[in-house]
Amino acid sequence: MLAARLTERRGDFSLDVDLTAEAGTTTVLVGESGAGKTSILRLLAGLDRPARGLVTVDGHPWVDTGRGLLLPPWERPVGYLPQDYALFPHLSVEENVAFGLDARRLAPAVRRDRVREALAAAGAAGLGGRLPHRLSGGEQQRVALARALAPGPRLLLLDEPLAALDPRTRRAVRTELRELLARLSCITVYVTHNPLEALVFGDRIVVLDSGRVSQAGPRDELLRYPRSPFVAELMGTNLFMGHRGPAGTSDAGSVRTAEGEIAVTEHPGESEVFLTVSPREITLFREHPEGSAQNVFRGAIVELVPEPPAGERVRVVLGTRPMLVAEVTREAVASLALREGLDVFATFKATGVTLYS
Amino acid sequence: MTALRAQLLRLLVAGAAAGLLVLLALPLAALVLRVPPGALWQRVHEPLVLDALRLSLVTSAGSTALVVALGLPLAYLLATRRFRGKRAVELLIDLPLVLPPTVAGVALLAAFGRAGLAGGALHGLGVTLPFTTLGVVVAQAFVAAPFFVGAARTGLAEVDRRYLDMAATLRSPPARTFVRVMLPLALPSLLAGAAMSWARALGEFGATITFAGNLPGVTQTMPLAVYLALQSDLEAAVALSVLLLAVSVVVLLLVRARRPAH
Repeated sequence: MLAARLTERRGDFSLDVDLTAEAGTTTVLVGESGAGKTSILRLLAGLDRPARGLVTVDGHPWVDTGRGLLLPPWERPVGYLPQDYALFPHLSVEENVAFGLDARRLAPAVRRDRVREALAAAGAAGLGGRLPHRLSGGEQQRVALARALAPGPRLLLLDEPLAALDPRTRRAVRTELRELLARLSCITVYVTHNPLEALVFGDRIVVLDSGRVSQAGPRDELLRYPRSPFVAELMGTNLFMGHRGPAGTSDAGSVRTAEGEIAVTEHPGESEVFLTVSPREITLFREHPEGSAQNVFRGAIVELVPEPPAGERVRVVLGTRPMLVAEVTREAVASLALREGLDVFATFKATGVTLYS
Repeated sequence: MTALRAQLLRLLVAGAAAGLLVLLALPLAALVLRVPPGALWQRVHEPLVLDALRLSLVTSAGSTALVVALGLPLAYLLATRRFRGKRAVELLIDLPLVLPPTVAGVALLAAFGRAGLAGGALHGLGVTLPFTTLGVVVAQAFVAAPFFVGAARTGLAEVDRRYLDMAATLRSPPARTFVRVMLPLALPSLLAGAAMSWARALGEFGATITFAGNLPGVTQTMPLAVYLALQSDLEAAVALSVLLLAVSVVVLLLVRARRPAH
């Protein structure tokens, strides 16, 4: 298990995170560029020095700035796959993969076997004698992965492993990489800016925003209870943060958000709450609706997005306050003659709101 | 009007460039044209020429080895570290490039001569530099060092940090990273620097004659032999010069082949 508390300060950028990751699982760090993802990997690998930090891996302390402990990178059993792979240009594929084994003084036959196994595991068997500049992007990625795995790391650090690949290769490599990571017994930390990759790879997901953890937890928990706009967008749902009125008063059935009031069903618990409204719970009208829906918002249609592209349903981005995303059928779009710029009423019931704190 | 001015400017630039090329090419052409190839071959077998040639090869190889052995660690430090007095070290390294070689020779005498600053200590150790072959090596190393250190430093600094970081995460401590990653990737620059340094040592005249004298077979290298021959036997001087010119051209071609033109 990895436990890390890291603080770094560089110019305008400051990083302050608390992370844990379990062996045999993949923890995804997801966030926009500049959120501090690569910085965290470099600190874990020992390539940069944290202002303050405490890192233990399987109970072994790697970093403890309080005690002046800072293991140099070459004494940490890590495997690092940087974004641009950084294969040694003067060494063949085999020599690249064997590089991390040199410290072990293995018998030549054992060493050859380890290199072959690592290449096979990464799906790069048969590339051995070639030089890196003779490889395609996908092949380079596999060789770099084999090189990181060959010494048998306890902590595998992957920095945007798919970002440099063209879309076709990416899909193939994604499937293979997922299967490979599922077989590994080490702690894997996977960095990406791509929400889809986070969902595909992350047993646990850590959402980073400007050098801070904005939400962390098992994938399913994040899916069900997003706590940040980034996660909500990832899930394709409407998220609001606000305060609920005191229980027992007439205000208990409404939540005051920064963007406006939303009617909810009564719910015990904290006054500070998150609430989500699934886009499918939202109904659109041309005229002010009659009936039981407690939440009615008016605004112009900002954008119509087929979902999935060219699919049966259409996502409607609304310029209401608060801003809402609805999801309706193609027939509804046709019968209501929805178009961008059109003024509409959006409604949802209090029972359609998921409330949690 | 402006068209005429542009035309004139173009002529001026072309004329100046051609002038310099003639200044460089004409003497070299004259040198080569003066000696029939057969005569050159004959000259090489004369004892005077043979001795000077042998001594030049031995001392320039020795001084280049010395410069590489002592210069590589310094180039590494300059390329990778920041330290107090770095500017002063850089200045010191570059000084021999602009210092008149005879001044270098006098300075070497002041330091390592019998009565020099460190001469007594060296004499106590049984080492004599002035007017010895070892002195020639030292004089050559003094003037040639900047060529190697400069090129090596640039080459080592240009090795991409990503590869060094990568090596570190692959259990490689800095010393091994230097040997396995930095050296091979900087090799073209190191070889170019060593070749330039060797060529400078081979052509060394001023510091050598000042510090080590002009003793045939002991300190009389090729450039000194050329100078001496000039006073008695012009043909011999020309033949020796063509030989040195040929060596220079070969070195330059080797260096250029290692560094693709931009």
